[in-house]
Amino acid sequence: MADSTSEHMALREFLLRMGDNTLILGHRVSEWCGRAPVLEEDIALANIALDLIGQTQMWLGLAAEVQGDGRSADDLAFLRDVSQFRNLLLCEMPNGDFGQTLMRQFLFDAWHDCQLRQLSASTDERVAAIAAKAAKEVAYHLERSAETVIALGDGSAESHARMQAALDYLYPYVGELFLSDPVDEALIAAGIAPDPRSLRPAYDETLTRVLGAATLTIPQARRPRGGGRDGKMHTEHLGHLLTSMQWMQRAYPGATW
Amino acid sequence: MTTQWPLWEIFIRGQHGMSHRHMGSLHAPDAETAIRNARDVYTRRNEGVSIWVVEAAAITASSPSAKGPMFDPSESKVYRHPSFYDIPDDVGAM
Repeated sequence: MADSTSEHMALREFLLRMGDNTLILGHRVSEWCGRAPVLEEDIALANIALDLIGQTQMWLGLAAEVQGDGRSADDLAFLRDVSQFRNLLLCEMPNGDFGQTLMRQFLFDAWHDCQLRQLSASTDERVAAIAAKAAKEVAYHLERSAETVIALGDGSAESHARMQAALDYLYPYVGELFLSDPVDEALIAAGIAPDPRSLRPAYDETLTRVLGAATLTIPQARRPRGGGRDGKMHTEHLGHLLTSMQWMQRAYPGATW
Repeated sequence: MTTQWPLWEIFIRGQHGMSHRHMGSLHAPDAETAIRNARDVYTRRNEGVSIWVVEAAAITASSPSAKGPMFDPSESKVYRHPSFYDIPDDVGAM
């Protein structure tokens, strides 16, 4: 019984991690809506944001179901505060310039793509079904972000410098993608999710190929900066994001339309 | 030097068996990016199964000022329309 309770808790935590990643990154990307450098990129970014929010509905919807306390996916998205979020720090990093947004997207997509392909074979059929649906969208996100990173990295002197600066700024947050804790141990044992560490070789291969083609230099690895996926220490950026994303529920509690 | 990306004309096939149709145009730095942009701009409501892109500069168009000599002569030649035939139903879409 103790085992099944801890597995249940681990599953809930895992679903929050998946759903919070896509919610927070989706919101970040949506901040470009109406402001991207060209119309075509504006539409493309809005499409990606909408894909991520759609995936959030599935992950947090299942999290709410597993939790079973009557709270909905909307409650989870709009009525939690910073310390209750379980997204990777990478997802909450600010947009910066267009290059930084696309670099963040690429660093996330390359991981997300590996993760979802592994999850498509999850022993939990609900997880496998969501992952299989999301994997098709994310394969396209990765193609788009990788090609844009290559075009800008191997572009003009200015775009190259901006992409290298974006990579230097964001790379310290990559290590967290592969951290694992007792939640992961429980999920691995139950065959629900892969060991985060096992995704690293494929991820590094993608990074080496794409960033090499982009003529960018991968910074020296430092001790991974964690604290997002376990909620122990988010960056200062998440609180600001939430005030914008959650303002309506904060100003008008329970408002619906 | 222009700072604007080239213009691309976008053709999309809605279903298998139909022909590609002109949907509109957009800007992109190269053909591959034009296809990805077209995917995002013109197929987000499940409109297509195939995309063609052609750089607008590669299209040679008829001249609007030559409209009279080009098109007017065919106006009165009703016998050129194949509308005097009965087409059997099982021929399908023509």
